[in-house]
Amino acid sequence: MNFDLVVVGGGPAGMAAALEAYNNGIKSIAIVERDVEPGGILQQCIHNGFGLHVFKEELTGPEYAQRFINMTKDTEIKYFLDTIVLDIAQDKTLTVMNSKQGIFELKAKAIVLAMGCRERTRSGIGIAGDRPSGVFTAGAAQRYINIEGQMVGKKVIILGSGDIGMIMARRIVLEGGEVIAVVARSSFPKGLTRNVVQCLDHYNIPMWYSHNIVGIYGKERVEKVVVAECDKKTKAVIPGTEKEYECDTVLLSVGLIPENELSRQVGIKIDRKTSGPVVTESMETSMEGVFACGNVVHVHDLVDFVTEESRKAGKNAAKYIKGEITKNSQPNVFKVTGGLSYAVPHMFRPENLDEKFDILMRVDRVFGKCYLVITEGGKELGRYKKPFLTPGEMIKLTVPSSIFKGMAGKEIGITVEPEEEK
Amino acid sequence: MYDIAIIGAGVTGAAIARELSRYQLKLIVLDKGNDVCAGTSKANSSIVHAGYDPEPGTLMAKLNSEGNPMFDKLCKELSVPFNRCGSFVVAFTDEQVETLKVLLERGKKNGIPGLEIVDVKKLLEKEPAASPDAKAALYAPTAGVVDPMLLTTALMENAVMNGADYKLNYKVESIDKTADGYRIHSGSGDIDAKCVINAAGVYSDIIHNMVAAPDFSITPKIGQYFLLDKSENDKIQSVLFPCPDKNGKGILVARSVHGNVILGPTSDVDQDRDDTGTTDEALGRVRQGCSKLVPTITTRNCIRNFAGMRAEPSTGDFIIREVKDAPKFIDVAGIKSPGLSAAPAIALYVVDIVRNCGIKLEAKKDFNPIVKRTVFMELSPAEQAALVKKDPRYGRIICRCERITEGEIVDEIHRPIPAVTLDAIKRRCRPGMGRCQGGFCGPKVHEILARELGCEWKDIVLDKKGSYILTGKTK
Amino acid sequence: MGCRLTVTICGDDIKVTGNTCKRGEIYGKNEVTDPRRMICSTARIEGGVHPVVPVKTDKPIPEKLKFKCMDVINALKLKSPVVAGDVVAANILDTDVNIVVTRNM
Repeated sequence: MNFDLVVVGGGPAGMAAALEAYNNGIKSIAIVERDVEPGGILQQCIHNGFGLHVFKEELTGPEYAQRFINMTKDTEIKYFLDTIVLDIAQDKTLTVMNSKQGIFELKAKAIVLAMGCRERTRSGIGIAGDRPSGVFTAGAAQRYINIEGQMVGKKVIILGSGDIGMIMARRIVLEGGEVIAVVARSSFPKGLTRNVVQCLDHYNIPMWYSHNIVGIYGKERVEKVVVAECDKKTKAVIPGTEKEYECDTVLLSVGLIPENELSRQVGIKIDRKTSGPVVTESMETSMEGVFACGNVVHVHDLVDFVTEESRKAGKNAAKYIKGEITKNSQPNVFKVTGGLSYAVPHMFRPENLDEKFDILMRVDRVFGKCYLVITEGGKELGRYKKPFLTPGEMIKLTVPSSIFKGMAGKEIGITVEPEEEK
Repeated sequence: MYDIAIIGAGVTGAAIARELSRYQLKLIVLDKGNDVCAGTSKANSSIVHAGYDPEPGTLMAKLNSEGNPMFDKLCKELSVPFNRCGSFVVAFTDEQVETLKVLLERGKKNGIPGLEIVDVKKLLEKEPAASPDAKAALYAPTAGVVDPMLLTTALMENAVMNGADYKLNYKVESIDKTADGYRIHSGSGDIDAKCVINAAGVYSDIIHNMVAAPDFSITPKIGQYFLLDKSENDKIQSVLFPCPDKNGKGILVARSVHGNVILGPTSDVDQDRDDTGTTDEALGRVRQGCSKLVPTITTRNCIRNFAGMRAEPSTGDFIIREVKDAPKFIDVAGIKSPGLSAAPAIALYVVDIVRNCGIKLEAKKDFNPIVKRTVFMELSPAEQAALVKKDPRYGRIICRCERITEGEIVDEIHRPIPAVTLDAIKRRCRPGMGRCQGGFCGPKVHEILARELGCEWKDIVLDKKGSYILTGKTK
Repeated sequence: MGCRLTVTICGDDIKVTGNTCKRGEIYGKNEVTDPRRMICSTARIEGGVHPVVPVKTDKPIPEKLKFKCMDVINALKLKSPVVAGDVVAANILDTDVNIVVTRNM
């Protein structure tokens, strides 16, 4: 089957990209989704907090997804549900498989990768002890509870101050379970402050900062965990502070990792910091005509940002199909320093920028009042004041593209400068 | 009344069961686990050793050297992955180089083919990530890696296909001598058998002592491991050992038959015979040991830590014999390394003992040695298309990391030894063995199990009997 | 992202600072006088693609009623098809708050 555009992943990223390409003149579009329905991870994110930017309303995950599903159903966008992408050839032929059609091929002029991310596991962080049942990643527990209607346990302890852990803490209490605490190695939350308040404070669930679960024990099912204090600076376990807590369930919310197995298999260049494809201002990857957006590029906190980023990918995929993307100039490459983990896009060609340019970034530590400073050579191109920056909240910096005028091919520095103490 | 009861459905008991199922015997295999292969056989290095390590003249030496060459045919018959990748024992000092020479001599005495001491250049040719500080290595081309869980399962399946019975969750409490043989007692009922084979792993001394005076003891020794993501396998092509010491073969680095990397094991006495817990301290020792062999190895991409018990015999050798004061009671005890490598040969050795005990062994005319297993991703495109047409469930991928289809999972639930737990499915066809460790496929495998077994989701367990996953519906 | 509010109570006088819009002032006041919460959960459904469908309160309900609200939701036995926005329990617990489904199923 031939399509102009094939989108891998029918979650919020894929749907937004497909719709934007459609609205930019591409009518022959297929979305390949491995689940039985579109919506992606939003279908299990039944809590609210989505859509404040995109719809100016506060929606739950499924409502946000339903809006996009409804919009796609009004178009000729074709869904391949319960279908998985096995491979992508250099000529952009996708090998896909489902139970009705077996293994077959989709030919595409352009591809958008929107596979989302997966959860870091227990072994990824190395918790010693037994391997009883009752240890779940928070997202897997969320799927059991919110999609399958099955309860995961009665007395729960949660590791990790990421959003999913906090959301699930509240969810478990509402469904009649007990949450002993959320245990966090860091001294500040990794997730949104809003969730600390609305999920933990409002439900009297304690958060133990600078603590870690150092052992999980149980012959068949979890029986207890050992929690120890950690040094605030080095995060190393402080010997002698170990305490046992009886429980029957452990939820791990210890990080999300962009799901780039397919990207790696195909040979797309991956950024070590984000674990996602290196992308340009058009969200194009190192493989020509293959774009990427959403959590597969870098893990987002707000689906609204995912939508904006994905619309960019869809719009540019459309441009690419129409032959309108220019690659005349040498791209500028961002170099991040001073407490910034990364910036997306990783590089850009000024001639492809709109008037305003969104740069998405994360810091690797907490900053109070500070400035984001953009430089080239020794010259300052822009200085933007920020009241507070934390790793758990992605930064969207919108700059006028004109500041990069006449700088084709130069390395652009971005750094964080804490405000001078008076 | 059974002719023979085998206590233990690990690789030893399973291999013996399969051999005995060639004969017209009423045969039963008993295991206290909730699945076959619940003990040591599911938590080891998966290595089929070449056979230079055991002392010449020991049973270990004999049965390792006989068992190793049997793996190609056996694994082909049973559809078990096996890779004869070779192994290196690496020496870093002159003293260790002398040890290599000792091992070489030993190997020659044991009749092991192809052994040679190679220089560091040769080592690095085959293993580019090995430590350049190595002085020399003993290369054993006949060493290999196998899937021990699939092997054990397939051996048991073959025995059952050929008429053997089996009982799980059967913990032997006591054994009485009777006029006709033995009565085995357990909380789940009694079994009468003319002949009993004790292949009870770390419990084999306890089982022996139920019928005869103690004349050996088993010291349980725990070994802890890392299993690394396949992305690390550019650092290892075969198996690298350090020079052995009194504790054993040492902490190794191996490329598993599926392409993962195995690091370990430690070897520490642990009186809790069922302990399979890991500790930071021991895992730290594994890291240290492995970084000596492969300096660039990192455990950042660890997808699982696990631990396995090995049965260290007080005699220092396999104990395989009819017990003097217990006629037709056969110990197959102390099967620590090279137990897996020797398993096919142990089975034949035990068959001889059974024959010499006076049990009549008449061959079955219809013994079928073949166990087939479909790995969808290994089929040709034409075979895949035909299979999906016949059964659409083969067209739906459940485990995205390892690319396992629903058809394969459903097949495992309905095989001669059905997989009824999440880990049983994982051991047989690998969902949950990949990067996400079941995070994505877990609920899906769970759903398939509940559906195929016609039970509530909360009744599906992870592995052991009480290891429930869910507590019930939310409302 | 979000504002950090400080609410000062002096007798009957409640002052909110740190907000960057009027909504924040109202929110701050309500948090100390009449805290309300949105409840998002799932309800049993027959004939749908999944055994439960996500639901929510269409307005925040008084904080102290959150578990009673869960009881109302847990007693629901819905039937497919439902459409996002369908009211499946009206005016629960005398509060003028409805339970609505949040997706089609």
